[in-house]
Amino acid sequence: MSAKLFSKDEWVGVLEGLKDAYEVYVPVKEGDFHNFRPLKEGTRPSFDFQNSRMSPKFLTEPQSERMFEYTLDEDQPDAHVLKEDKKELPSRAVVGIRPCDAYAFQLVRRNFDTPEYVDPYWVKRYEATTFVGLGCNDPCETCFCASAGSGPFDRKGLDVLLYDLGDAYLAQGLTDNGEALLGKTKGGKEPDEDAWKQARALTRQVAGKGSRRVPTDKLREKDVNALYEAPFWEDVAFSCINCGTCTFLCPTCWCFDIQDEVQTLPMVGDRMRNWDSCMFPLFTLHGSGHNPRSQKTERVRQRFMHKLKYYVDKYDDGIQCVGCGRCVQFCPVNIDIREVAERMNAL
Amino acid sequence: MENPYLPYPVRIESIVTETEDRNLKTFKLVFLNPEDEAKFAYTPGQFAELSIAGKGEIPIGIASSPTEKGFVAFTVNKVGKVTTHLHNMREGDVMGLRGPLGNWYPWERMEGKNVVIVGGGFAFTTLRSSIIYMLEPENRSRFESITVVYGARSPGMLLYKDELMAWEKRDDLDMHITVDATDDPDWKYNVGFVPAITEEKVTSAENAIAIVCGPPIMIRFTQPVLEKLGFPPENIILSLENRMKCGIGMCGRCNIGKEFVCKDGPVFSLAELRELPPDY
Repeated sequence: MSAKLFSKDEWVGVLEGLKDAYEVYVPVKEGDFHNFRPLKEGTRPSFDFQNSRMSPKFLTEPQSERMFEYTLDEDQPDAHVLKEDKKELPSRAVVGIRPCDAYAFQLVRRNFDTPEYVDPYWVKRYEATTFVGLGCNDPCETCFCASAGSGPFDRKGLDVLLYDLGDAYLAQGLTDNGEALLGKTKGGKEPDEDAWKQARALTRQVAGKGSRRVPTDKLREKDVNALYEAPFWEDVAFSCINCGTCTFLCPTCWCFDIQDEVQTLPMVGDRMRNWDSCMFPLFTLHGSGHNPRSQKTERVRQRFMHKLKYYVDKYDDGIQCVGCGRCVQFCPVNIDIREVAERMNAL
Repeated sequence: MENPYLPYPVRIESIVTETEDRNLKTFKLVFLNPEDEAKFAYTPGQFAELSIAGKGEIPIGIASSPTEKGFVAFTVNKVGKVTTHLHNMREGDVMGLRGPLGNWYPWERMEGKNVVIVGGGFAFTTLRSSIIYMLEPENRSRFESITVVYGARSPGMLLYKDELMAWEKRDDLDMHITVDATDDPDWKYNVGFVPAITEEKVTSAENAIAIVCGPPIMIRFTQPVLEKLGFPPENIILSLENRMKCGIGMCGRCNIGKEFVCKDGPVFSLAELRELPPDY
């Protein structure tokens, strides 16, 4: 696999050059935080960040998207018949995504790309995207990626891994897609042995700092009903205000709603897909008025049980969490998934 | 890439009001593109999303049997935005149908067995599908005895009355119609709650599988009756419902523990359900 060394002076030019072949997404500073935005005229990429506030999950699942369109005009021969919005997707590259967030796409893919059904909206976008990750020299205090199947320089979800060497980026191709992207970059040079040495030292140094260890090793063997009936859920949920921030920011929260939106003159409509949240009582409200998760404790339990137990059991694998720490950082009442995982693991 | 969210366009061929409160109607739907009918190959116990442009979708059990050709039928209770709109639609109107979705009653396991069907209220739809399916001459010999207990609040609330009366007269099906109460002096069937009538009419769990579909209260009181008769939990089959959107296990809301009612269900055995948290 090939690699390239880009000086930081030429970096913005390199990103601009990629626009010939890709729709390029980069971190952009917005107020006190960073978010991923398309690189357009006037966009100023900023790689001086720990992580973006919003996760980049919108790349495959936009907060709101049109699934179908239709006309309700009875004079039209196709009135009331849903039409697929068959847009061609351009190739996209997201540059600077953190390894944890890239790994999140691997976890979420299991939900949308199944043996029985394939969600074309999610999968087409995923397949059109090249993931150029930026290793974490300075992980956030709230992060625990190493306990969640990922790590500061984890390659699993990436096509290219970037090492920030201070005055240059060392870009290492990891997949065919990554090779192809590197092949399309202008500038850069063959990395010398010194660059590789620096990258290895960096990896060791960050691993040595050690992100917080969160025990999850016993979750799989726990009885699901024992965890469900555990005495601590009231306590965990006590301060929750059901704001949904955790699900909104989480790179592995994928739940969505489907809603029809209609306009008059002309009488046309769209079937939309919007992010939804298990923190909201409407999420599970039956037409009859019955609601299996009407109480916030039930909803808080559902969120943690889904991430830390149901997903583990369903896919016979690790947790549905990459340890990015956003929910810990931004929860207004300081609910901490690391503590919940510890309590579940210790039950 | 096939789009599993895209409904087949269908036309409402007929609408029948089923109950005296006029809150339940049966819609027969016909595919606008005849080739779609073969793609919509279903098995009794499955459901589908009824799709109305501008209003949304609702998951409804399929009330027709795959042995009935040329249409797919659904009996819909009027409760919310989509169902209220549907109740106001007319024959000839165009809408959408997405599916078939979910699993089905365990037909392979039921072969050679005595089949006990216990239903209540408007949850009788997929049970109707199952009865029609089993009574089809080519299928009837695959099953031993068929016993059906079906009840509603009052005679006027029973679904598919003409068929019930016809089944009542057959000798290859043991049909027990009941109502919770009635002041009709000419009522010649049972009076009593479904669990009690089940206890009275079903005499053996020998070589039998029971399918139970009804309101939660009926299910709760029927379970102990069946267990007392000797049905092991894996031979008590239930069909569940939860709020759904996608119907294909992706949108995340209908889960019971790790299982999705839409994709892993809606049919579960009592043994399976006991392994799961009671989120329904």
